[in-house]
Amino acid sequence: MAEYHFTTPITKEDVQKLRIGDVIYVTGTVFTARDEAHERALEMAKKGESMPIDFEGLAVYHCGPVVRKVDDQWEIVAAGPTTSTRMDIFEDEFIQTFGVNVIIGKGGMGARTVKAMQEYKAVYTAFVGGAAVVAAKGIKRVKEVHWLDLGTPECLWVLDVEKFGPLIVGIDTYGESLFQNVADEAQKKLPQIGEFLGISF
Amino acid sequence: MTFYQLIEDTTVKLHKFAATQLPNEVSEALKKMQEAETSPPSKAALSTIVDNFGIAEETATPMCQDTGIHIYYVNIGENFPKVLGIESILRKASARATKEIPLRPNAVNPIVGGNSGDNTGRHIPYINYDFIPGADYLEITVFPKGGGSENMCALGMLKPGQGINGIKKFVIETILNAGGQPCPPVIVGVGIGGGADIALKLGKKQLMRPLGQRHPEPEIAQLEKDLLKAINMTGIGSMGLGGEVSTALDVKIDYAHRHPASLPVGIAIQCWAARKSTARIYQDGRVEFLTHKED
Repeated sequence: MAEYHFTTPITKEDVQKLRIGDVIYVTGTVFTARDEAHERALEMAKKGESMPIDFEGLAVYHCGPVVRKVDDQWEIVAAGPTTSTRMDIFEDEFIQTFGVNVIIGKGGMGARTVKAMQEYKAVYTAFVGGAAVVAAKGIKRVKEVHWLDLGTPECLWVLDVEKFGPLIVGIDTYGESLFQNVADEAQKKLPQIGEFLGISF
Repeated sequence: MTFYQLIEDTTVKLHKFAATQLPNEVSEALKKMQEAETSPPSKAALSTIVDNFGIAEETATPMCQDTGIHIYYVNIGENFPKVLGIESILRKASARATKEIPLRPNAVNPIVGGNSGDNTGRHIPYINYDFIPGADYLEITVFPKGGGSENMCALGMLKPGQGINGIKKFVIETILNAGGQPCPPVIVGVGIGGGADIALKLGKKQLMRPLGQRHPEPEIAQLEKDLLKAINMTGIGSMGLGGEVSTALDVKIDYAHRHPASLPVGIAIQCWAARKSTARIYQDGRVEFLTHKED
């Protein structure tokens, strides 16, 4: 389990150093995107429209923060990760289209995304779910906000971050998934669990 | 101050308590779990969780950015005469708490889209009403429910022939399917019988019970203990990172009598940020907070 500190833009060479279980910290620019921002970005890209910021080399954060506006300036109050599997239906295309190499979320992602990460060289990293106050400490300021019509949880927050982490590498560029490994281990324990409960699976 | 204003103010206070301070029993249980866990990634995740709720409490900041959809449990003492207009008071309190604390606006129109911006909308906040025989107070529980754990809830319309063993299997399969997605360590509420809606409602209501409290009927109490042990045997661990003791904090079960043809099982899953707060309001204007201490 190695520890790495990256500054954006993060390259494909950078992320290929990483293996599941490694820990990274990110400094630079991170943008949030949940279900609706993923969908909108991909629809716009299909029509040939450009994004409000260039996503290439940035980290995408599955997060809908609690925010407050003080004197016309947005402040992030709490900003932990949301469940990443909801983005499984968009993420392969998202990585391919925008050249995003680092994904930050929680709970892991499915086989379709694991395959895309291997193919397009991207990593999935997990921040502790619900640890929203610790996460907010790593966010220095809101640089920009776009697509506010989607509501504050779903819109695109562009954040200036410093040593944002610890982020545990959950899926690497070699097709390995920490979450799949845990699920496989749990399956192996089923006979033992069945015996304890007096049932069979 | 009018009585209505007192109810509104108390409810806003309850929202602040719920969002920023875990009930003591939950924070103590998580600290104990952090000490007991031996798997390094899960232990590290639990350390972050413990740090996080500590800072949240000190700084009066919501511990999780998902401040939940607003659910209330309102228990009305049968001798408490002043409940007229309670729904509009609670809706007002939801919107006020959203602005003042602040909370994330989490009420989205599922048909035409759009976030209402203040946590109120059609049927939201959702209010569960019950009556308490002989009581002369109004008891309000604020229960903000996060989406990540809610998405892992499940309803099984089992065949009666599948019996208790079928219930056990359905619970374990639901937990395996959820993995790290509902932010473990989780609390699992299981409602059995009644009907589809009744099983799920009973399951969710179990999340109100104190940790470690066992069902008064010994068969159910044993089932709670066995399922808790079995869920932790899966090794899913905190945040699904793999851990020996930290998949679940507790399992709570209750039942209703069932139709001869049905065996509904409703499973409600609560993330580690098990937020709830309760107060009793008496006729003379006295307010008693049951889960949190007022400054």
